Amino acid sequence: MPQTTLVSILEGHRSQPHQLIEVLQDVQDQYGYISEDSMRAISSELGAPLMEVYKVASFYKAFSLKPRGKNVITICTGTACHVRGANLVLNQAVGQLGIEPGEVSDDGLFTIEHVNCLGACALGPVVTENGSFHHHMNPGKLRKVIKTINSSGTEEISHG
Amino acid sequence: MAKIHAISDLEELREKIVDDRKQFEKTIILCGGTGCKASRAQAVIDAIENELAEQGMEKRVLMRTTGCHGFCEQGSLMVIEPGNIFYCHVLPEDIHEIITKTIREGEVVERLLYTDPVSGKVIQTEAEIPFYKAQDRYLLAQNRQIDPCSIEDYIAIGGYSSIGKTLSDISQKSVIREIENSGLRGRGGGGFPTGRKWAECREAPGDEKYVICNADEGDPGAYMDRCLLEGNPHLVLEGMMIGAWAIGAQQGYVYVRNEYPLAVKHIRVAVQQARELGLLGNNILGSSFSFDVSIARGGGAFVCGESTALMASLEGKVGEPRPKDVHTVLEGLWNKPTTLNNVETWANVPSIIQNGASWFGFKGVKGSKGTKILALTGHVKNTGLVEVEMGTPIKTVVFDIGGGAANGKPIKAVQTGGPSGGCLPADKFYLPVDFDSLAEAGSMVGSGGMVVMDESTCMVDVAKYFLKFLQDESCGKCVPCRLGIDRMLEIVTKISEGRGVSEEISLLEELGATVTQTALCGLGKTAANPVLSTLTYFRDEYEKHINEKKCPAGVCHELITYMIDSEKCTYCGLCKKACPHDAITGEKKDIHAIVLDQCRKCGICRSECKFDAIQVN
Repeated sequence: MPQTTLVSILEGHRSQPHQLIEVLQDVQDQYGYISEDSMRAISSELGAPLMEVYKVASFYKAFSLKPRGKNVITICTGTACHVRGANLVLNQAVGQLGIEPGEVSDDGLFTIEHVNCLGACALGPVVTENGSFHHHMNPGKLRKVIKTINSSGTEEISHG
Repeated sequence: MAKIHAISDLEELREKIVDDRKQFEKTIILCGGTGCKASRAQAVIDAIENELAEQGMEKRVLMRTTGCHGFCEQGSLMVIEPGNIFYCHVLPEDIHEIITKTIREGEVVERLLYTDPVSGKVIQTEAEIPFYKAQDRYLLAQNRQIDPCSIEDYIAIGGYSSIGKTLSDISQKSVIREIENSGLRGRGGGGFPTGRKWAECREAPGDEKYVICNADEGDPGAYMDRCLLEGNPHLVLEGMMIGAWAIGAQQGYVYVRNEYPLAVKHIRVAVQQARELGLLGNNILGSSFSFDVSIARGGGAFVCGESTALMASLEGKVGEPRPKDVHTVLEGLWNKPTTLNNVETWANVPSIIQNGASWFGFKGVKGSKGTKILALTGHVKNTGLVEVEMGTPIKTVVFDIGGGAANGKPIKAVQTGGPSGGCLPADKFYLPVDFDSLAEAGSMVGSGGMVVMDESTCMVDVAKYFLKFLQDESCGKCVPCRLGIDRMLEIVTKISEGRGVSEEISLLEELGATVTQTALCGLGKTAANPVLSTLTYFRDEYEKHINEKKCPAGVCHELITYMIDSEKCTYCGLCKKACPHDAITGEKKDIHAIVLDQCRKCGICRSECKFDAIQVN
């Protein structure tokens, strides 16, 4: 599959400043973050002031202004997950990877994020790893998830 | 499929679909909602398709992947009809046996049946399961009858006949009167009478009007809108069509959380299918009514659940609420008259039109009619989505449907209504779940979140949790919300760390009252509820934190220490291995101890220990 470029994302949205959030969503999905260059391009193509683009991009949680790690571990900290020990799971991720939520690990492999609710409350605590769900999580289970990614990541590097 | 130009075309199509389906002797219904997908439902679906093909049964057996059935805890869920046989925790490796035994021979696979955790009884059919039996499932029941990505399925169960009836028989005013008479109130949290909203919007001057479906379900602990949009998107669309026709709108928007990728996908598919059939577009069903719907993905801001903030977001702006001195029914999206309703509210509309206002009003209690979907989560045995008649007592939901406490610890509270709601203690569980009763008790139905909490939950921590959430999510536009929440969080944090003084409790109450009275939007006005309700019902917990410097539930970090009970410890080394902070010493088969200076009190060791040897003091 060819990579969708910024140009094709902007297709059909030009000169429509109200499409800003939709466009930012697609850029975020495609590149994993919103770069300054993307913001400048979006601003001129949509006809929205750069300041407005930055304001919107920094306001909504869906958008990251910094690159993220290759693997994104998202920990749900919604109420249902919270009362079932989501904090333990978050502590595990922070302790094991040595980074705080929003940061990227030194090897570029991981970013930890927390989200207010993933809507799978009956299965809490819930964690997604690059979008795929893990339910009834506890520190031990997360440790294994991270370990598995780590070992496959190292393999890729050694083969590559 | 050819476009439908008249109601008679729709009826013909319905008959044809129903007829075509008669070839199938059996139906395998598999839940493909987000919850079950997390439990490997996709692999199960693939396995069924392969197995049916292998055994040459694809023409005799219909496999239907549906939206959420509500009993997410037991996923993957399967129901086989006829017979209503209910299998839970189904895995791909079970499929061969299910097809061979149950489908071919009509035998039941005992090991996949559900065991009721309360009575210990093994139950064969879905209808007999107490979790379902004690409910009054109307909206949710439709989920299992359709594949959400199939407009034919929806049409087969009578879908789009309500808009057909509306366009041919009922005047716009009569539609509104029907909704008003039904007593339907907004399911998103506000509880505003839907019919009145529609009537005001219809009366508003201007030719260009909009309808919006609010699917920005930001309340943590609530996921009924996700379930409806994922499981029955055409129902929501049909509701919007009826509303649009009644108020005179030609364009609608569904504003859906991007955190719900499956819901986004399904509503997009539904809109596309409806357009292809001519159910969206110009001159729908040969009438003068033209209407289309666009999908907008939310940016992950809780405040966008508020109507004016949502509309700002739809316009591509920062989602900040505006004062509502002019209502959105007069000046909403692009300053045009706009009717915004929540997913569940729209989903209720088609059946009210089909069955009449009195049918809807027959269920429920004074002031709160119909059913309500609740997200039952937390420390109960059965968690999932529950639909009950309005006015059902909390205790029925928690004990009869939820099966009571999950971990053997007594249940002490239920949190309803998300960050705008409150915590109600167990001695208030006699209260009926309706808009007015819960509001009087200091909480609210809200969007229907119901998080059950047992003795292991600290109510000061719960208040702190919600304040942190709200501090994080406050858009910052108005001072009472921005600074009021900050100060309340500061005080509650002090209390949770054992640095609180008793005078601060009244300060908290005063601050809470001020925020309630002066904040700009509905979310700000209700932001103090979690604090105020815990202060009302669990004041003793606050006092213990302040006066005795103790957290009775053993949750607040600064007031507890972790110790290893040497009598219970088997020196297995599991806690040492688990501790991410290297705070546990001792080799395997040797005495373990926690180095207090290094311990961050994260609690991981305690959750890992299999012998209950880690104690909290």
